[in-house]
Amino acid sequence: MLKEGQVRIPSGCAIAAIIDRKGGMINGSEIIKSIALMHDRSNGLGGGFAAYGIYPEHSDEYAFHIFFENSEAHQKCEEFLFRHFNIDAAERIPTKKVDSISNGPDIWRYFGRVNRVRMKNSRLDESEYVVQCVTKVNSAYDGAYIFSSGKNMGCFKAVGYPEDVGEFYMLDKYNAYLWTAHGRFPTNTPGWWGGAHPFNILDWSIVHNGEISSYDTNRRYIEQFGYKCTMQTDTEVITYLFDHLIRHHGLPTNVAADVLTAPEWDEIDRMDSERREYFTNLRAIYSGALVNGPFSVILGSNKGLLAINDRLKLRSLTAAVKGDRAYFASEESAIRIICPDPEKVWSVSGAEPVFVPLEIDEREDD
Amino acid sequence: MSIVAGIRGYAEVNDEIKAEFLSKAKVTVTDVNGQRYLGNALDGGKTLEIYGTAGNDLAFCLNGGRVVIHGHGQDAVGNTMGGGEIIIHGHAGDALGYGMRDGQIYVRDNVCCRGGIHMKEFRSMKPVLVIGTNAGSFLGEYMAGGTIVLLGLNLKRGEKLFGTHCASGMHGGKIFVRGSFPRENLSPNIKAVSLNDDDRKELDSYIRKYCRCFDADYDEIMKKTFMKLIPETSRPYANLYTAD
Repeated sequence: MLKEGQVRIPSGCAIAAIIDRKGGMINGSEIIKSIALMHDRSNGLGGGFAAYGIYPEHSDEYAFHIFFENSEAHQKCEEFLFRHFNIDAAERIPTKKVDSISNGPDIWRYFGRVNRVRMKNSRLDESEYVVQCVTKVNSAYDGAYIFSSGKNMGCFKAVGYPEDVGEFYMLDKYNAYLWTAHGRFPTNTPGWWGGAHPFNILDWSIVHNGEISSYDTNRRYIEQFGYKCTMQTDTEVITYLFDHLIRHHGLPTNVAADVLTAPEWDEIDRMDSERREYFTNLRAIYSGALVNGPFSVILGSNKGLLAINDRLKLRSLTAAVKGDRAYFASEESAIRIICPDPEKVWSVSGAEPVFVPLEIDEREDD
Repeated sequence: MSIVAGIRGYAEVNDEIKAEFLSKAKVTVTDVNGQRYLGNALDGGKTLEIYGTAGNDLAFCLNGGRVVIHGHGQDAVGNTMGGGEIIIHGHAGDALGYGMRDGQIYVRDNVCCRGGIHMKEFRSMKPVLVIGTNAGSFLGEYMAGGTIVLLGLNLKRGEKLFGTHCASGMHGGKIFVRGSFPRENLSPNIKAVSLNDDDRKELDSYIRKYCRCFDADYDEIMKKTFMKLIPETSRPYANLYTAD
């Protein structure tokens, strides 16, 4: 079977997200209701969700969600995990039979801490160690894909309509303080489970509507830092860009967003001197991380929710707030179906990132 | 009796609406949640009243009918409409009046990006777009004809009348703007001029209609000065790739 990257996939999609800034819990049925309303924006070839705060009993451990395409991949990947991590629990992710979803891989999750001895020998810090382990599995272990690797969070994705994927993973049994969701419309691909959104590394997860026309520039830039784009779709690269800018370079989330969506030079020329210098520096230092093309993107993390749009505003994205909650969706109706009377509704414009920080103390990793 | 849309698919709801119009001149649809193509190709003499959030491509190819939304519109309201009117008691999303050829759209509040993109006119066909508050970036992009009116009512501190790249590639038609506007967001090809008598007469009819639709205060609106934005040349990109 041809995988993505071997065929071209222009895509139009639906995205949605909810966050409770104070860490209040939101049931999975809400985000399913929101993304389901935009059914016509997807074509059944990919749906997925990211949920934060779902594994409080394992909050100090990495939660690895893995697709296995055969038992050999399962065995080899498991051996690798047991060598590099102290695995506490391993189980099949509970799923329910749904008519429209079939031919799936074997789906497992593992909770564990890093193997300290190996980590110290590798001379990497913990996050880097985890990223390199995930990259290793995804690039070198054929048939095994780690598609979620954060703490107290998880991605759930499949080939199918998003509302069916939600039912398949029984997401109404999960409560999270932050949800993102995606419905996919690839028009020219066999579609595979790893290629569905969200894309995740550590605590970062990305859902994306559109195309990244600067993909190869961005991929060449990010692969210099040890990342490998193994999923063969453009969205993946944004996840690594954010991880790199925020974790390696220590940029605040909003500055990282400005790197990706920096304004055009003629707009920069018209800015006051302080902002002109700021954007000139960003574009000069991070030219390879500037993202072009029609896109709206939502980044979920344990720090909050970030929504960005391309500079020319070629994809729709609506935002709303009510009380402690903020909502995002490709269409306003998908917000109003779960929040009929928002206090404020607006369209996220190009080059004006919206960041909704989480206002609870989520313990940071070293 | 009204049609209740709920969360049903757009095809089913549109089929019901069309069936109702076979025997009625006015149809009401309530609890609308993003269903697309409502009121598409509606003929003259017919009125569709919508309660809720209308989906994309509302009143697509409108053919003389009247569509009233008690709620908000999403993207591409009035896409390629050829006549009739759309009244929105709320705001609208991106690409309002996309390729609009005739008829009128009145929006009480704001519109997002690319309002009036590629509006055009031909002989007696002159489309009109009236926006109560403000517009996002690329208003009137590639505009070839027709009229946009931007009233700037209830603008909050820091909000601008229109976003960046206003009238980019505009080569026909006119945009009336009320009060101060962000000159730096205008595309280079565009000039702002005073209104002549014909302009004032034309504009007056649109403002009176806006006031009737949304119960706005005509005198209050007329307190501020209007300017007209028009292209300097009908071929802004004539020399994009070549020298003069």
